[in-house]
Amino acid sequence: MGKDKIRINEEFYDIMPVEYRDMVEDATYGKEDRGWKDIGVHKELIEEHSLCAGCPESMAFRYILASLPAPEDTVMVGSTGCTSLVFPMVAVHNIHSLFGNQNAIATGLKRALTVRFPNRVKDVVVLAGDGATVDIGLDMTLQAWFRQEKFTTICFDNELYANTGGQESGLMQKGFVAKMAPVGKKFDKVRLPEIARESGCAYVVNMTVSQPGRVEKVIKNAVHIAREIGPTYVQLYTPCILEIGKQSMEGLQEMRDSEKPTQRFAFKEYISDEAKAYLADLEAKRKAAAASQVAAKS
Amino acid sequence: MESPTLIGTANKKGQIYTDPKRLFFEAQRTPAFLTGSEVIKEAIRRASVDVMVAYPITPQSEAAALIGELFAEGYVGDYMRGESEFAVMSQCAGAAFGGARVFTTTAGPGTLRAYENFPMWAGARLPIQVIVTCRGINSPLNIQPDTLEIGMILDTGMLVWHAETAQDFFDWILMGYIVSEQPDVHLPLAVCCDGFFVTHTKDTVNLTPADMALPPYDPYRSPVPCMDMECPPVRMMRDPFVMKSNYISYATHASWQQEIRAACERSRKHITSLLGGLIETENVNNDIVIVASGTAVSQGREAIRLLEAEGLKVGLVKVKSLRPFPTEEIRQATKHAKWIFVPEFNVVGWLAREVSAVIERNDRVIAKPHVAGGMTMPPEVIVEEIHKVIKLGKGELVHG
Repeated sequence: MGKDKIRINEEFYDIMPVEYRDMVEDATYGKEDRGWKDIGVHKELIEEHSLCAGCPESMAFRYILASLPAPEDTVMVGSTGCTSLVFPMVAVHNIHSLFGNQNAIATGLKRALTVRFPNRVKDVVVLAGDGATVDIGLDMTLQAWFRQEKFTTICFDNELYANTGGQESGLMQKGFVAKMAPVGKKFDKVRLPEIARESGCAYVVNMTVSQPGRVEKVIKNAVHIAREIGPTYVQLYTPCILEIGKQSMEGLQEMRDSEKPTQRFAFKEYISDEAKAYLADLEAKRKAAAASQVAAKS
Repeated sequence: MESPTLIGTANKKGQIYTDPKRLFFEAQRTPAFLTGSEVIKEAIRRASVDVMVAYPITPQSEAAALIGELFAEGYVGDYMRGESEFAVMSQCAGAAFGGARVFTTTAGPGTLRAYENFPMWAGARLPIQVIVTCRGINSPLNIQPDTLEIGMILDTGMLVWHAETAQDFFDWILMGYIVSEQPDVHLPLAVCCDGFFVTHTKDTVNLTPADMALPPYDPYRSPVPCMDMECPPVRMMRDPFVMKSNYISYATHASWQQEIRAACERSRKHITSLLGGLIETENVNNDIVIVASGTAVSQGREAIRLLEAEGLKVGLVKVKSLRPFPTEEIRQATKHAKWIFVPEFNVVGWLAREVSAVIERNDRVIAKPHVAGGMTMPPEVIVEEIHKVIKLGKGELVHG
């Protein structure tokens, strides 16, 4: 489906919500170089959200939605948590079913779409919090990777169960005092990026969302590699400023502090040789296409 | 979006997509001597299933494995083994959200592990079909037939049917897709049978031709959007009502739950048209009537034969559909009865409870006999219970 498929009946045009008209006229569907710079120019897939003021997750949502290579053929799968407060405002088909089963849902969805559209690419992207990904849903997260299911898993890591009020999660730092960890968490932050690599993910990144350009590149890589090579995993620090005692304006600085070289969200990227070669091939094709366009014009 | 009718065309295996009523009622049938598990395979061969998710648990493992053979032969679009029943039912949900016709099988404790998914399937209007091959669920470990889990699945919002025989199974699996995929129904369906008694015994089943198949599922007839981005995406809600404790939120949820129940009720006409009604009756003008579902019906039939030999006439009600529940049908079928016996293969007597809840003068209901944990129910046990009541009561209502 491309932008052209979404049309408004002319007789109803004046009564359609302005957001819908904008989406039909200005959506970036079908535009290969869409990215975070379209935010603010185009009404991109998400306009409002119901998260707390200054929530880093809202930044992450915008960057990710702006970076999807083909939103017109992408279905997202969420899970219980603050993300399920945002998904109702997202103009990409999205599924929320239960807590922690997002990678199982995505497995069935991707397979169904492959059966139904054998000659078309349909991207599936999972987006869930750390409680859903690493605690309640870990079995299904890992098994989807073992089976080499071809979709991207994105974890919004805020290092606790934020939506339910700040309880201990597996990705919480050791020693952090939290509800349900009254004398401090007893074990280390689960090293899911390493586990992801060992479990067969072709592309794994651990980072914050402080730099939109970097988020865009990572998301595009992750979705492209998942199409052809195998499962991909992106872990993004989206601190819950409410639960760690920060002000609305302090989320960005919190992420910048946490991505310094010695910190737990220092940028780390793993890419398999096969995925690397695939990306290089994609880039070469893109350059060749651009060059032939230039040649055709001159 | 508009899918042209495919009836009369061939699928990739050369099977002809056939009008369901023609397939069920007019096509030539061939007898075959098969186990219940093999019958499931033969039904799925003709069901145009897109995705099947499998997981081993006795007594459904064989059926789940046999569908794998069908996939290898090319009759099923995709087939995989999930990592647990909770994951399997979630994978089924994902596939159904994506517009596929989905099939899975489960049993006993696995059904309970999967449980959170069933009301979600119903709430999401996913017409997934799951076969429940019942077995004991409680500790100590037991793999024998016992129908406790049917009692537990009744209130999930799903359609629930209880097959007596392998023939029921074959027909209802195929008919089930047609009923559950109707736009005014569009709900998941559990076709249940008593494990081992049906799955592991051989029976003669009249099969429809192997070169005819059900027309494929059309996800665009769904009352809720299919998640494939083929319909223009919309910001589906301006407000995440699901998370807010306010009147609109409550009203939305309450009305949605009522809609699921209403959709289940709307399936009655389709069930009647294909299964010939929600119940079947024999000689219900007699003083004594047996009401049963599953293989307890067969045991009831045998008990009636024994009683007839001694000159006592007894009627029979076979309950085919448990959801929707045949409330009015059972009221009518039992209106002349002085005693209504409900034999069951479980310890709690959920069917007796259901019958008692809908009929007048429900002290006529005698919730006996019960066998559980895999024990057989010899027809003599049913006869004995009936004798007991007649002797003790001398024609009056006595039971306990």
